[in-house]
Amino acid sequence: MTVTHSPDIPILIEDLTVAYREEPVLWDVDLTVPPGALMAIVGPNGAGKSTLIKAALDLVEKSAGRVLIFGKLYAHMRQHVAYVPQRGSVDWDFPTNALDVVTMGRYAKLGWVRRPDKSDRDIAFDSLTKVGMEAFADRQISQLSGGQQQRVFLARALAQQAQIYIMDEPFQGVDATTERAIIAVLKELQAHGRTVIVVHHDLESVPEYFDHVLLLNVKAIASGRVEDVFTPENLRATYGGRVDALIGKGA
Amino acid sequence: MDNLLLIFTDYTIRNVVLGALVLGVVSGTLSAFAVLRKQSLLGDTMSHAALPGVVIAFLVTGTREPVPLLIGAMIAGLLGTLFMNLVTANTRIKQDSAQGVVLAVFFGFGLALLSWVVRQPGAEHAGLNKFLFGQAAAIVESDVLTMLVIGSFALVLIALFWKEFKLISFDAQYAKTLGLPIARLDVLITTLIVIAVVVGLQMVGVVLMSAMIVAPGVAARQWTHRFGVMVALSALFGAGAGIIGALISSGAINVPTGPVIVLCITLIVIVSLLFAPARGIVWESMRQARRRRQLRAQIGQPTARGASYPRGVYKP
Repeated sequence: MTVTHSPDIPILIEDLTVAYREEPVLWDVDLTVPPGALMAIVGPNGAGKSTLIKAALDLVEKSAGRVLIFGKLYAHMRQHVAYVPQRGSVDWDFPTNALDVVTMGRYAKLGWVRRPDKSDRDIAFDSLTKVGMEAFADRQISQLSGGQQQRVFLARALAQQAQIYIMDEPFQGVDATTERAIIAVLKELQAHGRTVIVVHHDLESVPEYFDHVLLLNVKAIASGRVEDVFTPENLRATYGGRVDALIGKGA
Repeated sequence: MDNLLLIFTDYTIRNVVLGALVLGVVSGTLSAFAVLRKQSLLGDTMSHAALPGVVIAFLVTGTREPVPLLIGAMIAGLLGTLFMNLVTANTRIKQDSAQGVVLAVFFGFGLALLSWVVRQPGAEHAGLNKFLFGQAAAIVESDVLTMLVIGSFALVLIALFWKEFKLISFDAQYAKTLGLPIARLDVLITTLIVIAVVVGLQMVGVVLMSAMIVAPGVAARQWTHRFGVMVALSALFGAGAGIIGALISSGAINVPTGPVIVLCITLIVIVSLLFAPARGIVWESMRQARRRRQLRAQIGQPTARGASYPRGVYKP
């Protein structure tokens, strides 16, 4: 399957393969993410969920395959894609406050040498407001709770004003307020026609939060609308026999 | 008062103070970045790695002119970094071990060369071993000018790439998704750290210059939660320690400048670690003790006898 022109498809992943040393972490993954999709990537530990989005974002090296954003290679389309990394990927003892971190989302638009001005800080403050963190704008980032830090990262991505949002486990270890705030933002992004991909670990909430899903275990087991592909058979193929305990009555 | 006036009138002291000022500001500024990027030990490796560069530059040019020697130091420092990256990328040796290997190999080679050169007849090599521990009193006006030019170059680049350096220091992966060339920025900031080391070599020497890349940033981090303030404080601490240390050392002959400057910056670090308002150990332990007392008082309230129970006795 080689699609050369797909300007309407936000994310098209073809033949993506990643290997650390000899061990393949991802094997020949194809994925089409339709416009306006709110897609969960689920799979067992070590299935390559984070690796998939990092490879798509050129953060880990691909052994094979390519990633097209609106029909063009990702390297030329970075400004359309906003990334929300895992909270644990940085040292939060960095000397700065929440608003300043969110303002970093404006740096790509600013280009070299130029400093952020008032309009950038206004956009950053609006983004903080969208995640319910406007009261913490001046707070030193090490003084924020884990959930608040996660929301700051989400706000930073919102400040990029991108078309596509890619998030790595945003619900990992966050409080209920944060989970609700993130869900509200995801739904609003979708309502504005944005496309969102989320690495997710809680199978139970998939049908409630998302409308598309990718079931991944090194290979792409299935992807598509939740009601079509989020089936016990596909889950069993993804997780092996342990799936009944994981999804409880649903299976 | 007479001593103070000497700063403006005495030729040697003026050079020493100006040189120390440049050294302190440049190394202090880069120190803030090195500490935040957890690259403090990189300065250590690069300053030691600079020694063979200095000696070889002397052997090649036959002069003790600072510019060729500093260029030699810079090339050796960058080679050391390159070597270190090659080791980390192609073997299972981790960054810290690779730094240790490069430091030992380059510095050992440099020392061997130096002791051989110093034993040769002739007077040209006379001041060469001052590069080990630094000698502020030997600084002349042209040295200060050289330091000023190199140092300003580094500071201008920091100012130009301020937000990019800040972002890659905080979250390099995210910076990459924004399209920043993080590998090139990495090389640039490493080069700037080498420049800071080179600027300080004549005054502080290769052995202790690393302290000026580590200490000012560590001290500055204690006093502020703001990035810009931290960088400025770091530069200020570097300059303060540099000037005071250089003055003490050039006042008392036969004390090399490097160790005195390092003692000054160490004092600043100790005071900062202990007494900085939000992060100081003293205040933190006082706050903890107060919280414990309050907690005990709250737990103890229901009983008439107050908060104290014998240790180890189970209380239903």
